[in-house]
Amino acid sequence: MSDAGERTLPLDAWHRAKGARMVPFAGYQMPIQYDGIMAEHKWTRENAGLFDVSHMGQLVVAGDGAEKSLEEVLPADLSILKDGRLRYSLLLTEDGGIIDDLMVTRRGDHFYLVVNGATKEGDIAHLQERMPAVVVDHMKEQALLALQGPKAVDALSRAAPGVEALTFMTGGTFDIEGVPAWISRSGYTGEDGFEISVQAKDVEAVANLLASQPEVKPIGLGARDSLRLEAGLPLYGHDLDVNTTPVEADLTFALSKRRREEGGFPGWHRIASELQNGTILKRVGLAVEGRQPVREGAMVMDGEGNEVGRVTSGGFSPTLESAIAMAYVPTASAEPGNAITLAQRGKIFQARVVPMPFVPHKYQRKGAQK
Amino acid sequence: MSLYFTKEHEWIKVEGDIATVGITDFAQAQLGDIVFVEVPEAGRQVTQGGEAAVVESVKAASDVYAPVSGEIVEGNAALENDPSLVNTAPEGEGWFFKIRLSDNHQLSDLMSADQYKAFVDSQ
Repeated sequence: MSDAGERTLPLDAWHRAKGARMVPFAGYQMPIQYDGIMAEHKWTRENAGLFDVSHMGQLVVAGDGAEKSLEEVLPADLSILKDGRLRYSLLLTEDGGIIDDLMVTRRGDHFYLVVNGATKEGDIAHLQERMPAVVVDHMKEQALLALQGPKAVDALSRAAPGVEALTFMTGGTFDIEGVPAWISRSGYTGEDGFEISVQAKDVEAVANLLASQPEVKPIGLGARDSLRLEAGLPLYGHDLDVNTTPVEADLTFALSKRRREEGGFPGWHRIASELQNGTILKRVGLAVEGRQPVREGAMVMDGEGNEVGRVTSGGFSPTLESAIAMAYVPTASAEPGNAITLAQRGKIFQARVVPMPFVPHKYQRKGAQK
Repeated sequence: MSLYFTKEHEWIKVEGDIATVGITDFAQAQLGDIVFVEVPEAGRQVTQGGEAAVVESVKAASDVYAPVSGEIVEGNAALENDPSLVNTAPEGEGWFFKIRLSDNHQLSDLMSADQYKAFVDSQ
């Protein structure tokens, strides 16, 4: 049963039949786990995990001037984004705060955007308001799956021959036993893997085909969160929000070189200043002593016991078998190796700044050795 | 030996004046993978309904309450190195702590196995 106000995914019955425990997330009833978060996490790191991320917003931005209009809302250099290439980007306020993080792909004569589920309605309103001359189409009848892990390519290339030729952050149109699909080599786990966009009416057939591959098990939101945390990837609404800027969030890679110099996107003045002068706080990775998770909301303390920062994501790393976290700490303390003191429910924890990702990325980059 | 349960999904096994406390199989299944347990030290006084231990799953932290008042005589040290015992043997090796009962009458506040089963079924 879904609670009032919560929508169901196209695969709702499929998840329940697979034994999922469903929870409310981003306005939907979503599977948090099937076999257990730890087992699902490890399965994804060693095999291939199938994630239903149909709650995310899939948008098409089309029309004359779509590139120019998008550059007025995103800090990405779209002029150098080739056909079939993805780029991570950000929707920003005039103050440089992050409205959402997203993926933008040039797809022939239009751009395809994937935005967060909890923020998609606001994103669409923002885009329509800021880009009145172009069409912003919310593909409501489109579902989105992710197949992630070192064996994802083996499983998916059986169902959709040719996907093995994609490299990280590229995509193309494929056929999955008669179902048209947009597939990109991308994801949110740090592993090699793919994201697969198909019409909602076809998603059950595709999910069944993929789940029947010996390498593949369905994976819930719980493991998705622990996987992305190990990969050092921020989660919107937790590690990022309208009060954090890309410089504070250590996402300056999303600010393209030409755009940093030329500006012309929301928040540029503040962001240019922060790039030059730095920020008070910065998002870092923390290795916490011991096994006890230090979670979102825990305080970062200075030597006098004052709160000087905040943990925004934290948990137990199944791969490292220890507690890890992301936190905003004073930039002066943000260098790897620095000791950080945390406080949670009246208890003090010792941590040190470590480079992210916590667990190495295994993306299949162009030109990389197999 | 008598076995009791609470609405907080703890079990209490009473032998003489010593009560061994753990969480039920239902509770461990709800919590999911347990990654950390903090048990009370011997000698600590706990009161019925007060916080006695902390259990953390991958998902969340939960408090474990003292189902009866008394003095802690032992915390399960094995859980420090292997908290997953709570998942694999919640009503055996995964016990949390032992209390020397200060008031036997408090046991009448607790549920029997049948009452607990009915309570879980109604959840």
